[in-house]
Amino acid sequence: MRVIIVGAGQVGSSIAASLASDHDVVVIDTDPARVDELTYSHDVLPIEGDGTDLDTLEEAGVGGADMLIASTDSDETNIVTCGVSAIVGDPFTIARVKQPQYLRAWEQRRGAFDVDFMVCTDLLAAKSIVGVIGLATAQDVDMFADGLVQMTEFEIPAESPVAGQTVAEADRFDSLTFAAILRDDEVLVPTGETVIEADDDVVAIGSPESMREFSTAVAPQADEANDVVVVGGGEIGYQVARLLEESGYKPRLFERDEGRARWLAENLPNTTVLNGDATDQELLERESVGKADVLVSALDNDQKNLLSTLIAKRMGTARTVAVVNTGEFTELFEAVGVDVAVSPREATAEEITRFTRARRAENVAIIEGDCAEVIELEVDAESALVDRPIQESMAELPDGVVVGAITRGHSLIKPRGDTVIERGDHVVVFSDADALSEVTEKL
Amino acid sequence: MSPVAVDWRTSATLIGTVLKALTLPLAATAAVAAWYGEAVVPFLIPLVLTISAGFSLERFDRRDLGLRESYLMVALTWLAIALVGAIPFVLAGQGVLADPVNAMFESMSGVTTTGATVIDSFDAHGKSIHLWRSLLQWMGGLGILVLAVAVLSQISVGGAQLMETETQTQDLTKLTPRIEETARLLGMIYVGLTALMVLSWLALHAAGLAPNVTVYQAVAHAFTAVSTAGFSPQPASLGYFSPAVQWVTILFMFTGATNFVLLYFLLKGDPSRLRESDEFQFYLAIVLGAAGLTAVFLAGGGQFDRVEPLARHALFQVVSIVTTTGYATVDFNLWSAGAKHILFLGMFVGGMAGSTTCSIKTLRWLVVVKSLRRDLFTEIHPEAIRPVRLSGSSVDEETIKDIYAYVLLSLVIFALLTVFVVTDATRVAGGVGEFEAMGAAASTFLNIGPAFGAAGPYGSYLHFPDTTKLAMIVLMWVGRIEIIPVLVILTPAYWRS
Repeated sequence: MRVIIVGAGQVGSSIAASLASDHDVVVIDTDPARVDELTYSHDVLPIEGDGTDLDTLEEAGVGGADMLIASTDSDETNIVTCGVSAIVGDPFTIARVKQPQYLRAWEQRRGAFDVDFMVCTDLLAAKSIVGVIGLATAQDVDMFADGLVQMTEFEIPAESPVAGQTVAEADRFDSLTFAAILRDDEVLVPTGETVIEADDDVVAIGSPESMREFSTAVAPQADEANDVVVVGGGEIGYQVARLLEESGYKPRLFERDEGRARWLAENLPNTTVLNGDATDQELLERESVGKADVLVSALDNDQKNLLSTLIAKRMGTARTVAVVNTGEFTELFEAVGVDVAVSPREATAEEITRFTRARRAENVAIIEGDCAEVIELEVDAESALVDRPIQESMAELPDGVVVGAITRGHSLIKPRGDTVIERGDHVVVFSDADALSEVTEKL
Repeated sequence: MSPVAVDWRTSATLIGTVLKALTLPLAATAAVAAWYGEAVVPFLIPLVLTISAGFSLERFDRRDLGLRESYLMVALTWLAIALVGAIPFVLAGQGVLADPVNAMFESMSGVTTTGATVIDSFDAHGKSIHLWRSLLQWMGGLGILVLAVAVLSQISVGGAQLMETETQTQDLTKLTPRIEETARLLGMIYVGLTALMVLSWLALHAAGLAPNVTVYQAVAHAFTAVSTAGFSPQPASLGYFSPAVQWVTILFMFTGATNFVLLYFLLKGDPSRLRESDEFQFYLAIVLGAAGLTAVFLAGGGQFDRVEPLARHALFQVVSIVTTTGYATVDFNLWSAGAKHILFLGMFVGGMAGSTTCSIKTLRWLVVVKSLRRDLFTEIHPEAIRPVRLSGSSVDEETIKDIYAYVLLSLVIFALLTVFVVTDATRVAGGVGEFEAMGAAASTFLNIGPAFGAAGPYGSYLHFPDTTKLAMIVLMWVGRIEIIPVLVILTPAYWRS
């Protein structure tokens, strides 16, 4: 597949890196230094130029390209790039935008602006943050099948009653499947006898209600998160507060810039906006941030996010979530005490990855460190799963694959060995990274 | 640029246009006078005068209406209409209205929709004169609304700040892209409401529920109820009519003091705007709360032995005062002190902004209440930024300041007028009680109508000295155009370039 990536910033480079081995990748950027850097680090064809310029796109071979990913820092540039590429070619166009207003317009009429798929980085990040806030000890949350199915990665604390139980003992929920256990960089596909140990990460797939029940089972002593503090009123912070408001929360939000704080206060009716620096300990004391259930740090600067979450943690905040702009820091953040680190870039990469899976998957979630994926597929006549019980089809599939959930119409079916999957069903499948290409091919 | 900063010629031509428009109501009243066999000359003379004055003023050069010209025009238009309005009273030469000061008081009270009267004997005046009083009020009620939309919304300070607040919350000027179109729509709602009230009264009559309602009575009261003005050709005001008529009138007074933009959306079949309006809920809560409290006081006082009249009179009087109409069904002078004081406080409330009502208006009080609540919160959380919200959208901090200034200014003017009324009455006659003076000052300056004591619902303002009446004439005028335009044109800076 010939893929043109416009914009070699953080997102563009990371997509280029993940695609370079399997596809012909052309990268366009206006900055000659970045273009140079890419030439040496990846097996891609770099072109210096403006992605909105027809000549540049033609030079990149847009006429014969299968996919164009516009991922510069400017929303408008990305949208225009897609529009221009559609004039001379017919690639599948993906535009990355920051401002949700473009996404809202695009969602009104898919394909508008000649954009075939639009990814809103900040909104995606905000959504995963809000998903994590609702579930104690959750590390990652992804939605499938229009919200009917949820994939959640739970960390099992040592004091959890679930620690030491077998999967069969822990599985008391109607519509929940244990897809995998992540233990020391290893992916285990559990059987009923597998024992869940402390510090394991459990990947569960099922209905959102069962996730909430399981969350309570994992950490019964954890209070429901009522008091949420958001630090930083940038786009992500704003979206987090907005989504929290939609779920009935009344968050508090710290913003240093007075004008922005004012804007936020006007646009977030159920949020208390505080104009101040979240590293100002006196202010945090006065606003008793230590008593908060969750603190989300969504500043532009990774170091400040780390600092503000660590201060909050020290003051007694039960749980901290930090936005990490530099993907590599994610693990480091979690190692030094941040409960959950969310990378907007990773979220964007996940969204875009679903189109490189032969465009068959409806939705994709990448499990920590690329060791596994959860994908949603619509079952068609050629699928290995169609019209037979699951245990029969499993024999044909590689190890490390679990059918996590099935949706038929608007109802959720818990997969059992004897469940027969029909054409048109949506399946949410967990797959080990090694088995992935075989799985996408057979299903 | 001209050496004089204010282009008074432009204002003058606009006033000329308004004067010309007055010929229509004058001609209509002359026709009614002829129908009842009364003198037509008192209406024909001002008719000729306004036509000629109108044409002469319109001969001045007209340029674009600027900010300064708008103020001058707003202030002078009201004064001009009041002057013309007084002419038929003087010329008719009937009763106390033959006296120019009394005539001017009555006329100003009319066009400002105040409803304070100097008439001591209602029988002394013909039907046409009574109708002219009602018509003046009807014009005043519509005029302020149309003027507010068409003129005040185009200028950005003073009285327009209120409009600004409304445009933030109710999209007032955005009803249609063109201001004139919006003004026309509001006018149609106004005319429609008036017609509906006439028809409801006549329907009650036809159903046998309103024995003494005639077409004349229905029209005269519809003119003064929808405009929340309060003149009645009957000495007993609404007390002359049946309970059914009184209930229906409560509804029309209440509607007249409701924001016309909300009424517009209601007519378009969208009641959600009414439900979502913080101000409407506040207005409704105040009316029901005050009526409930009054009823409790009345029940305690044992004035009514049955529930229906108790509820009706309490609600009627509260609605009448809060909406600044000023009708009465009973002489509330005879009520207990508690009930009377609720009515007195009700004078300072007023109905909703964007309606025909006067006084301080619920919108301003709501902003004051909300901003005080906000200030209490920021007292504990100094860094918190908490906008004051009305129906979801936030109110500009500048607007809040202006609203505080307006409320304070109103209270100061009221206090000063009270002092003036007390001292002036003491100088000329036997004096006046403090509560009566306060009532009369509030009632005239806030454009309500009846007060307490001799100026009560079944009394008149006749006994006040001429100097007091003159002061009240000025303050009715100042109160109706929301103080600021008059203050602005009185500042020297206004006249300098």
